[in-house]
Amino acid sequence: MYRDPIGGETMLNRRRVVQGLGGVLAVAVPGLAPRSAFPAPPSYLTFGLPGGEYDAAVLDALPGKKPLIKLAYRPPNYETPVSYFTSPITANDAFFVRYHLADIPEKIDLPSWRLRVAGDGAANPFELTTADLENGFEQVEVTAVCQCSGNRRGLSDPHVPGVQWGLGAMGNAVWRGVRLKDVLAKAGLRKETVEVVLNGADGPVTDKTPDFIKSIPIWKALDENTIVAFRMNGQQLPHFNGFPARLVVPGWTATYWMKHLASIEAATKPFDGFWMKSAYRIPNGKFPVIERFLSQENEASTPITEMVVNSLTTSPAEGQRLATGQAVDVEGIAWDAGYGIRLVEVSTDDGKTWHQANLGRDDGRFAFRPWSYRFTPPGAGTYRVTAKATNRVGQTQVDTLIFNPAGYHNNVIRPTTITVE
Amino acid sequence: MKAPPIWLALALIAGASAHAEELVPLKEAPGMQVVKGNCGSCHSLDYLRTNSPFLDRKGWQAEVTKMINIFGAPIAPEDAGTIADYLVKHYGVGG
Repeated sequence: MYRDPIGGETMLNRRRVVQGLGGVLAVAVPGLAPRSAFPAPPSYLTFGLPGGEYDAAVLDALPGKKPLIKLAYRPPNYETPVSYFTSPITANDAFFVRYHLADIPEKIDLPSWRLRVAGDGAANPFELTTADLENGFEQVEVTAVCQCSGNRRGLSDPHVPGVQWGLGAMGNAVWRGVRLKDVLAKAGLRKETVEVVLNGADGPVTDKTPDFIKSIPIWKALDENTIVAFRMNGQQLPHFNGFPARLVVPGWTATYWMKHLASIEAATKPFDGFWMKSAYRIPNGKFPVIERFLSQENEASTPITEMVVNSLTTSPAEGQRLATGQAVDVEGIAWDAGYGIRLVEVSTDDGKTWHQANLGRDDGRFAFRPWSYRFTPPGAGTYRVTAKATNRVGQTQVDTLIFNPAGYHNNVIRPTTITVE
Repeated sequence: MKAPPIWLALALIAGASAHAEELVPLKEAPGMQVVKGNCGSCHSLDYLRTNSPFLDRKGWQAEVTKMINIFGAPIAPEDAGTIADYLVKHYGVGG
């Protein structure tokens, strides 16, 4: 069972809990508004989520983390408030937290930690220590977006069951570690290997529950950008983001970015666990998939792999009020599966016309790409400001939801409503 | 009555929320204890609140069945019906 791994911070943590609840109340029951009226939702929750989420989601801080939007205590599922995405790099203590199963390692002892590299596709199985990772292989770095497959699930219409993520089940960090291909090479990879199977130290509460184990196709495992990372933005990985090492699979959704890595197995047959065969799958033909995972594909569905091109508007805030004549910088970030962002357009008239935004700092094709567009509203009224990103292979955000039962790949354009007085 | 010292207030808060998830309230109604005892053994109860109200009877039954058949939840057959009834009534749609 999960307990605070850093006991000394418990008190601080609990005080923050209360602070978080106070914040909710302060927003939900503003000064003179009658309590019985429909309360305004907490400002950190976006519109379109299930009604129950506005009552249940609070700001709460896990040990070592800033207050994030708590969707579930156990296993911990916490999303990053949109305000943190004004920076293209997401700070470690603001990075979202996602676990499937509640038996999370409380504390990992580095000297005794081992990463097992084995499987029937490995001629020379071996174990790695943290020192081996730091000294035994070339050190590489990649800036990449880690986004939960179910980011924005809570905005599905109709709603679908699952963790009701809003906009913040994602983050962008500089990951440092070693190439998975270098680790596999040392294991004497057999040419019959089709997949690489990953397991972490977290697990289920009962042994009847399928452990969270994932696989990636061998060609993705051998991609030079796929790394075993043990540094994140220049620091150790936060406990809740997979300390001491996690897999980083740039361009692909976070389900493959195994945290608390315990084993890497080269497999000569497709892995048939629940989390591959039944979960994290998308219906065939509904989404653009260039990087197919053929050994796990069936007639109806295929594993979710590449992230769809998407954007987030971080400014102006929903409901923001401006004075007539005042300009506003419409700003945000865009990302995709690593083809790279080519274009971000902004509409201020419900999609009738689109204007090209300026693209900001380029941290590489797997990173958040900042963008901005200065808009001076022509007069008083209400404006719906919408951004739409397009990548270098011509994929673009959709106008209407591509519904799927698990609520994956929601990249519908999303207006921000502002009022000019 | 004199206000309690601040340390006591903080200690009470810390004690009461030593397991913050125990603060997650569910609707007081028949079936609540069965829901808490069963669902709460593997995950916190906020999942029920955030996943509401949009599932109908079929939807909540499917969730309970998934927990039993796929995730191996040790839920007794007589409890499964009670759980689904409670969730449909208090965290679902369409009665």
